[in-house]
Amino acid sequence: MEPVIHFAPYTGWVYPNETVFEWSVLIAVYPYLTGLVAGAFTVSSLYQVFGFERLKPVAHLALLTSLCFMVFVPTPLLLHLGHPERAFNSTLTPHWTSAMAMFGYFASFYVALLIVEAWFAYRPFIVEQAQQRTDLLGRFYRLLTLGSYDLSPHAMGYDKKWIFALAVTGIPAAHGLHGYVGFMYGSLKSREWWSSDLMPVIFLFSAIISGVALLVVLYVASCKLRKITVDAACVKGLAYTIWAFIMVAIVLEALAFANLVYKGREGIEVIMEYVTGPLLVPYFLLQFAIGMIAPLLWLSYMIWRGTTGRALVTGVTLCALLVLFSVFMMRWNVVIGGQEISKTGKGLLAYHMPFFGKEGALVAIILTLAPLAMLFGLTRLFPPWADGAAHAHA
Amino acid sequence: MKKDSTPASAARRAFLAKLGGAATCAGAVAGAATLGVIPAVSAPAAGGSFPTKDYDWTKHKWGFGVDATKCIGCLRCVEACKRENDVPANAHQFRTWVERYVHLEGDAAVHIDSQQDPVNIEASGSEKTYRFANRYKDAKVDKAFFVPKLCNQCTHPACVQVCPVGATYKTEDGVVLIDHDYCIGCRYCVQACPYGARYFNEEKGVSDKCTWCYHRITKGLEPACVEVCPVGARIFGDQNDKQSPVSLFIRNNRVQVLRPESGNAPNVFYVGIDKEVN
Repeated sequence: MEPVIHFAPYTGWVYPNETVFEWSVLIAVYPYLTGLVAGAFTVSSLYQVFGFERLKPVAHLALLTSLCFMVFVPTPLLLHLGHPERAFNSTLTPHWTSAMAMFGYFASFYVALLIVEAWFAYRPFIVEQAQQRTDLLGRFYRLLTLGSYDLSPHAMGYDKKWIFALAVTGIPAAHGLHGYVGFMYGSLKSREWWSSDLMPVIFLFSAIISGVALLVVLYVASCKLRKITVDAACVKGLAYTIWAFIMVAIVLEALAFANLVYKGREGIEVIMEYVTGPLLVPYFLLQFAIGMIAPLLWLSYMIWRGTTGRALVTGVTLCALLVLFSVFMMRWNVVIGGQEISKTGKGLLAYHMPFFGKEGALVAIILTLAPLAMLFGLTRLFPPWADGAAHAHA
Repeated sequence: MKKDSTPASAARRAFLAKLGGAATCAGAVAGAATLGVIPAVSAPAAGGSFPTKDYDWTKHKWGFGVDATKCIGCLRCVEACKRENDVPANAHQFRTWVERYVHLEGDAAVHIDSQQDPVNIEASGSEKTYRFANRYKDAKVDKAFFVPKLCNQCTHPACVQVCPVGATYKTEDGVVLIDHDYCIGCRYCVQACPYGARYFNEEKGVSDKCTWCYHRITKGLEPACVEVCPVGARIFGDQNDKQSPVSLFIRNNRVQVLRPESGNAPNVFYVGIDKEVN
């Protein structure tokens, strides 16, 4: 029988209870998913609120992506809980001083907002399908119209106002949701690695770059699958967005690290031993050098040289993949890294991720990819493509 | 030790039965309060009692003292705690533990270990019994001492602050408890405790930690670890009683607490610990 307790090997002095890792890879997946939600929503808002016309081809895809990932955000948490059947207690009888208690409210509000905004955005398409189809799907679309078949210019104008208002509300909601995830770590004084005022902002900016990067990959992949030409202007717009936010993300993380080292509080020796030892590859090489600095330089080069066409699309897509990897490493380095540094400030632990099991790598991979499967299904029901018939709000 | 044959365990069972009844009543009261049937109260009404009818938690303020100069590292406290509180019988989860600090001649670094150290487990021959291996017998020891650790029952407990459902709470008499029937098992409290006092009980799916043996102290008994300590290194009592062992311990010594900078305001008071202890 598999042992219940997976204890961690350690060096130096650690508290006895620390030898069991309580927050597994799933807790790294959770902020990764919320980050992708917030980032994808940012892209949608850049078009809906700020009128970035070049992002039009991905605006609806961004909305659907955000919705799909948001649906899966609670799953790693539920799988992690000792009593998932009691999960709603935090919403029904919240303990107001707990940062975690707010999650249910934030998440529910945001899911509702996403559904309503998506409904408005897809209303013309839903009405059109409801009127044309006579099959079972037609019945589904008729149900979704909620009895409203009015597509007059007046009604469309009204819808647009709602979309705008929801997108405007969604920006603080999405970013609040993710900033709050950062706060959950940053507000804990028990771990020097987490206890940073910059943590929420760092989470936020890394979230934005991850969401934008995801959309680059999804957009380019969808164009390939649908055998249509990639809109280079759109990809360039997304590249600019990544460039701007990745720069801030790098600066913020570097500042947080510099603060930690410069203050040199109790336990800094062990932290330095950690970052120059076990964390050297995951933190400096994978997260920073390969995942952030390389894409920044590559994007800068392409912008400087005015790269366009296939080279631009390939370059930006590869950069986006690197960014997606980097942000996952950031979540890993925070969640797992924080626990690998002992609270004693005098020892280090090593987390070994099981492949199978409720909190193993396989489940983590499935949970990360599951929203994509849902997105694939949703794009069949609600095509987000701007190049086809004008089925959604332009 | 056969727990079921002792008078103490019979009394404990009786107490737990009462506790269950009290919890049911408290649940009903809480439910009624939630529905607005009766006004919610945070403490029992004047003359009332909690958690049992013989005990009023507003009348006590429990405190714990540790005299590290007396501790001999026998670890009877750790074993007694495990048995008394049904703590999983492994070398990774404890409600209380003892740390050993050793300064070797010519070595600037202090060597710290506890009973869970693989060398010590090998010496004991089991993960269920504990002893400190005589690993420094050939070394020249400058200074060495033991430090018993347990939950600090903080005045401003970080674990209570972060619990999303309020399953862990501070009692009126100063102990931090966990409602195992309400804990969702998120382990945020385990992360928040700066002292490493909490662990997660995998089988029960809930967090757990030292309660100063709340089931015993509310009956006038001492915590199990205090009772079995052969040298009186663990001191327990009611701080409201000026002549209690803990009141005298605090009054007659220059005491200190662990990690005062955390703002948690711990309630375990130490004598005889060194600068490395946190």
